[in-house]
Amino acid sequence: MSAVAPRAMGQPLSRFEGEDKVRGLATYAFEHPVPHPAYLSAVRSTVATGEIIGIDCSQASAQPGVLAVLTHLNAPRLGIDDGELRILQSGDVAFRGQFVGGVIAESSEIARHAAALVRVDYRERPHDVDLESSRERGQLRVPQQTMALFPMDTDKGDVDSALAAAAVQVDSTYRTPWYNHNPLEPHTTIACWTSAGLTLHVSTQHPQGVQTTVATAFRLEPDQIRVFSPHVGGAFGSKGPRHSDLILAVMAAQLVPDRPVRFALTRHQMFSQTGYRSPTMQRVRLGADADGRLTAVAHESIEQTSRLKEFAEHATRATPTMYATPHLQVRQQLAALDLPTPAIMRAPGECVGMFALESAMDELAVAGGLDPVELRIRNEPDTHPLDGLPFSSRSLPACLREGARRFGWESRDPTPRARRHDGWLVGTGVAAATYPTLRLPGSKVTIRVTPDGRHTVLMAAVDIGTGTRTALTQVAADALRVDLAQVELRLGDTAYPPAAPEGGSAGITSWGATICAGADELRRRLAADHGGTVPAEGLEVTVDMPENPHLKQYAMHAFGAQFAEVRVHDETGEIRVPRQLGVYAVGRVVNPKTAHSQLIGGMTMGLSMALHEASILDPRYGHVVNHDLATYHVSSNADVGTVDAYWVEEDDPYVNPMGTKGLGEIGIVGAAAAIANAVHHATGVRIRELPITLDKLLPHE
Amino acid sequence: MPITWSATHDRQGLDIMDTEITLRVDGADHRLTVDTRTTLLDALRERLGNTSPKKGCDHGQCGACTVLLDGRRANSCLALAVAHDGAEIVTAAGLATDGELHPMQRSFIEHDAFQCGYCTPGQIVSAVAMLEEAATGWPSTVTFSPPDGTAGEPDTGPVDLATNPDEIRERMSGNLCRCAAYANMIPAIQEVARS
Repeated sequence: MSAVAPRAMGQPLSRFEGEDKVRGLATYAFEHPVPHPAYLSAVRSTVATGEIIGIDCSQASAQPGVLAVLTHLNAPRLGIDDGELRILQSGDVAFRGQFVGGVIAESSEIARHAAALVRVDYRERPHDVDLESSRERGQLRVPQQTMALFPMDTDKGDVDSALAAAAVQVDSTYRTPWYNHNPLEPHTTIACWTSAGLTLHVSTQHPQGVQTTVATAFRLEPDQIRVFSPHVGGAFGSKGPRHSDLILAVMAAQLVPDRPVRFALTRHQMFSQTGYRSPTMQRVRLGADADGRLTAVAHESIEQTSRLKEFAEHATRATPTMYATPHLQVRQQLAALDLPTPAIMRAPGECVGMFALESAMDELAVAGGLDPVELRIRNEPDTHPLDGLPFSSRSLPACLREGARRFGWESRDPTPRARRHDGWLVGTGVAAATYPTLRLPGSKVTIRVTPDGRHTVLMAAVDIGTGTRTALTQVAADALRVDLAQVELRLGDTAYPPAAPEGGSAGITSWGATICAGADELRRRLAADHGGTVPAEGLEVTVDMPENPHLKQYAMHAFGAQFAEVRVHDETGEIRVPRQLGVYAVGRVVNPKTAHSQLIGGMTMGLSMALHEASILDPRYGHVVNHDLATYHVSSNADVGTVDAYWVEEDDPYVNPMGTKGLGEIGIVGAAAAIANAVHHATGVRIRELPITLDKLLPHE
Repeated sequence: MPITWSATHDRQGLDIMDTEITLRVDGADHRLTVDTRTTLLDALRERLGNTSPKKGCDHGQCGACTVLLDGRRANSCLALAVAHDGAEIVTAAGLATDGELHPMQRSFIEHDAFQCGYCTPGQIVSAVAMLEEAATGWPSTVTFSPPDGTAGEPDTGPVDLATNPDEIRERMSGNLCRCAAYANMIPAIQEVARS
C-alpha cells in the first residue's frame, strides 16, 4: 500500500453538484421524470400484534382511478428470510404501523383516499413493548448479531475487586430515548417492471444492496434490476439497510406492469418503517486512584429489538478503546419487543455509548477534584487497552489541548452553579469523541483512460450529502496523478461496478482505496503493455478493493474533543447552547470545506440529541405518539449558536493510501455529553437521562 | 376568476372533482387540471414536473416546500391548488435569471450552507423572502425579545440582518435542515444582506 501524494486532496472545493442543489434541479428518487406514473399509498396495521381476520377492499377498488389494491391475499411469495422485509406474507401483524397493504392509483390523491377506505379487521393479541421492566421480567438475552469490533461481552482483569478498592468511584445509570433519523427526504422509490426487468429509482445509501435484496426477494437475477440513486436527501443510516417500503413498492409495481409506480413514505410512516435508534439503559462504573488514574471501567447496556429481526446497537463498543485501565468489563443485553426493528443511526454504538461513558468521566473528575481535560489526558493509553495493539495514530490529547486553547478552557473555575449573567447560569463542558476507522467490503471500480488524457471512474457509490462526489473525485485525481479537470467520476447507478455501502464513515476509505488500486493497475498495464502511452482505443481496468496488510497490526480509530458552553435560565430553566467547539484527529482531510460541514452537522445533531429529540412510545398501542416534525423536535436554526470544528494534523500511513480516517459520524459522538457536562457546571444538576429538558432542571418541591 | 367544475361521482356518491386552474410558475403560464384535494406542492411536483420545492413532511412543519406565493414565502404543502387559481409562484429554480444564479444561491454554495440539498431550495426561497420582510420592517420575536436577555425595542423600521444573526436564526427557523448546515447559512445570508 503506497501513499498517494496530495494535490487535489486538501483543497476546500465547493461541492460539484451545488448549482443543481441550490436551484432544486438535482433529482431525488421520487422526482425522476417518468412517463405516466402511478402512485402507491400504504395501508398499515392499526394494532400492535394480532392477525388479520378480514380485509375488505371493495370500497377502495371502486374508486375511480384506482388501478389495484395489494394485500397479503394477492401479494407475491417472497424469496427472502429477513423478517422485517417479509411483508404481506400472511395475516400476522408484528407491530403497529406494519404494512398490511397498499393502493395503486392514477394520482397520489386518489391513492391516499382509497388506502383509507381499505377495511381491515384484526384479532388482537396482547403486546409487550416495555423495555424498562424487561430485566425484572427475565426478557433479556445477549445479542447474537453485532457490528462489533470487540465481543459483546468483554472482560479484562477483575472489575469488581478493583472497583471495591478504588479511591474514587462512580456508579451511574444513563438513559437515552428512542431516536428517529428523519432525513428531510423521506424514503422514496420509483419501481417499474417491464419484460426486460425492473428499473428502480431509490433513495438509498447502498444501490448494490437494493439490487441484491430485491433480486433475492423477487427471485430475479441481479442483472435484471437496475438501480439509480444519483442524489439522496440525507440518510444518517436509515437508508443503509433495506426497509419494507422498498418491498411494498416493488410488489405494487408488479401489479401494474410497464407503469412506473411512485412511492414516498409520509413523515408519520417514517417513524415505524425506516429503523430507529433503540432506547438504551446504560450503567457505567468507574474506579480511579487518588491521582485520577483509572483502575476499573465497567459499562453495560440494555436495548431493544423487534421480534422480526435482531439488531443490537453496540453501545459499549467505544469503551475498551478509550482509556488505559487494568480492569475492564463490558456487557450488552437485548429485549425483543412487539415494535419495529431498530437499525444503524449515525455513529451506531459510539453516539449513545459515549454519552454515558463521557458523562461518567465528568462525574469522576468532579468526584476526584480533577480537571476533566487533564483527567482524560492522564488516562491516555500507550497501546490499545484491550488487545495491546499499537494505534496506527492517536491524537486525543492533542485534540483536548488544542480544543482547550481555542475554547478558552484554562480560566475555567470548576465550581458548579458559580457563574450568573443577566439571570442565566453559565457553564462549560468537555467530552471526548471516537469512531473506528472502518473499511467495508464489496467495492470494485472501473477506470477508463483515453488518449486525450481524460479518465472516467465508474462505481455504484452514492453521495448522500456528505460530499462524496467532490471528495472522491479529488482522491481519484491524486491517485491517477492528473488534474481534477481530467477526471469524471460517475456514481449512483448499478450499471457501474458494485460499491460498498455509504456508512460507517467508511466511504472514502473503502471507495478511495479501491480507486487507488485501480490507478496503480492502470499505470502498470500502460507501462507493461503499451510502453507508457495510452493506445488509440483507450484502456480500461477493473479492480477490487485491495487488502490492507496493516489491519491486524494496528488499532485504527479517529478521536476528537467536544467543548460546549450552555446557559440555563435561573427562573425558567430554559437551556441555550451559544457555543460548540470540536477538535478532531481524523487523518488526512480530503476536502476541508465539505469535511467541516460534516463535522458541524454531526455536532449540531448532537445538540439536537442533547436537548430536543425523543420518540415517545405509547405503551397502550405500541406506537410513537410524536410521529411528526412538529412534536419530534429536531434542532432548528434558532436552537443553534456558534459551531466550530477544527482538526489537528495527523499523518497515518496505515489506514489506507489516502491517510483518511472518516469523519461523517465522529461529530455527533460526545457532543451530547459535553452539553450535559456543561449543564452540570452551570447548574450543579447532573442529567443522566436525555433529552435535557427544563423540567429536569427546575427544583421540584 | 371563473372556475370550471367537472364533477364525477363514485359509487359512494363522493364527488371526485377535477378543476382547471392557471398558475404562473417561474415566469411561465400553465393551465392544468387538478383534483380539488391537490396541494399547491403536489400540483407543482406531480402535475407540472417542477420538483424544485421539496416534500419533507406535507404538514407545514419542515419548510422544504417553501415557494414565493404572490410575492410572499409560503409552505406550498399547506395550500390547496384550487384556492390559488391565477397565482404567481416563484420556486428556487425561478430565482435564477438568464442562467445566472441569485446572489443567495451563490452565497449558499460559497459557504457550503447545505449538504444533501433537499431542504436547500426551500431555505433559499425563505432567505430571499426574509430579506424583503426585514427591509420592510416586519418584526420577529427576536426584534422584541433578543435571546441575550436584553430588552428589545419594538421598532417599525427596517431590521439589519447583516449585523444581527439572531434575527436570521429566528426568521429562518421555519426551514429545518437535518444535515444541520445552520451555522453556515448564517454567514451565507449575512453576506447577501450586506450587499
